[in-house]
Amino acid sequence: MSLTLEQVQRIAHLARIEISETEARTTQSHLNGIFQLIEQMQAVDTTGVEPMAHAQDLSQRLRDDVVSEEDRRAAYQAVAPEIEAGLYLVPKVIE
Amino acid sequence: MINASLKQLSQALAARQISSVELTRLFLERIGRLNPTLNAFVTVDPEKSLKMAADADARIATGTAGPLTGIPIAQKDIFCAEGWTTTCGSKMLANFVSPYDATVIHKMHAEAGLVSLGKTNMDEFAMGSSNETSFFGPVRNPWDTGRVPGGSSGGSAAAVAARLAPAATGTDTGGSIRQPAALCNLTGLKPTYGVVSRYGMIAFASSLDQGGPMAASAEDCALLLNTMAGFDERDSTSLDRPVEDYARDLVKPLDGLRIGLPKEFFGEGCDAGVMAAVRVAIAEYEKLGATTVEVSLPNSHLSVPAYYVIAPAEASSNLSRFDGVRYGYRAPDYGNLDDMYMKTRAQGFGAEVKRRIMIGAYVLSHGYYDAYYLQAQRIRRLIANDFVEAFKQCDVIMGPTSPSTAFRLGEKAADPVQMYLSDIYTIAVNLAGLPGMSVPCGFAGGLPVGLQLIGNYFAEARLLNVAHRYQQATDWHRRRPEGVA
Repeated sequence: MSLTLEQVQRIAHLARIEISETEARTTQSHLNGIFQLIEQMQAVDTTGVEPMAHAQDLSQRLRDDVVSEEDRRAAYQAVAPEIEAGLYLVPKVIE
Repeated sequence: MINASLKQLSQALAARQISSVELTRLFLERIGRLNPTLNAFVTVDPEKSLKMAADADARIATGTAGPLTGIPIAQKDIFCAEGWTTTCGSKMLANFVSPYDATVIHKMHAEAGLVSLGKTNMDEFAMGSSNETSFFGPVRNPWDTGRVPGGSSGGSAAAVAARLAPAATGTDTGGSIRQPAALCNLTGLKPTYGVVSRYGMIAFASSLDQGGPMAASAEDCALLLNTMAGFDERDSTSLDRPVEDYARDLVKPLDGLRIGLPKEFFGEGCDAGVMAAVRVAIAEYEKLGATTVEVSLPNSHLSVPAYYVIAPAEASSNLSRFDGVRYGYRAPDYGNLDDMYMKTRAQGFGAEVKRRIMIGAYVLSHGYYDAYYLQAQRIRRLIANDFVEAFKQCDVIMGPTSPSTAFRLGEKAADPVQMYLSDIYTIAVNLAGLPGMSVPCGFAGGLPVGLQLIGNYFAEARLLNVAHRYQQATDWHRRRPEGVA
């Protein structure tokens, strides 16, 4: 497998990372090297092997549906790039 | 005091031979003097540290101290600590002052009374094996400042090796505690997945990440793990198990210990000097009463390929939270919302982090999920099953931690694949979720070599015992680098 420049640009867009054409070319060469390594997996017959998503075979714990956290809104918003009246500010999304 | 063990420091504090404030000043002075060369710490805050030390002294005075109260420690900058800048080695979080404590930090500060000296440098978002991907510049190895300390917990490793701190925390997703421990002559332990809470530990690959101690000896690691481990309802993958004393079996004799030697770890691909030191260490274990048996991990060569699908896939999801809205960096100039995301992430992340996010985005994308992500998870199962089989024949698995000693700064930085292969012996352990250690076992060309010990699930106390007995018979772990006295 070999990624084309267009594929690299598409992946960058999916990941929401702006990329110049020069950067995309360098990335293309690095990613193709990495995928060459990854391709070793394809030689293995894994028919019937159950995928392992996690190191522990446990189901997720449930807890009672009650408020367990204190309200620390001000402290958490203090680290935001831009807030106003308790709201996070972003560029306008609805015209 | 600089080279004292945690137990000795604990005794000295209890006997009032030294106060925590004095001890903390001693290490802060060393950091001030040696950190400009090593770049092991990215944040120090003497005022905060000394306040914690004064609080610890008060606890000691009133008889409410625990065994580690008042002992200074370095924290990997992946752990959120309230009021401390917590950067994860990234421009994205360069100005992020955490509003809360990670569970590990809470346990160490509020419960154990340890004193944090500062936050240690690391590969950006823990993605790297040399500490060269840090936004704050590379860390230098105290054994040779032209060489890397390993990564991603490179700052913690260099700090302890140069005795800027008696011990440190680290995290290990594919070898990030064990490999830098090996390269800096330290003892490091990655616990069984789920033993140490991940709450407040900035996520890289959630199914693999695990925090653990890095210190001069197995005994120090055991005492630290006692403070770090334990069930935490705030981490959905934390394991609800009875509390253990990880130091309980340290001195148990090793008679009858069965050591498994995977033939795949003793073949090609490892430096001769590293292999020679590892073989001498295994011979030492035989003198201590252990026997060896050849085992096989037939799928271990697939661990690096499978890891570089699974870890980036999880990272691409975890790191989507860095969007310039709720915390962290935001690009100064942008157009619409999408443009703000794109520019923020392009400017806030370094090259290696972007590569991994992009690999992850690709292997999870429509049409590739089965061929890459599911195939990697199936191979993960095969790798875990290999260990199950191997542990039918042995109690502990041994081999090299890293295929080479510390490499030169810049030597592998331009070739991601070469860098990834630095973790060829450590990654399988994370995929399986097993505990693993690195223990100093000699030198090759004047540089430290680490012996890797892999245990069965929840065998931390056994691993620490196996490491401790070796450290009673050898003095490799007591060797200190010259030039950093």
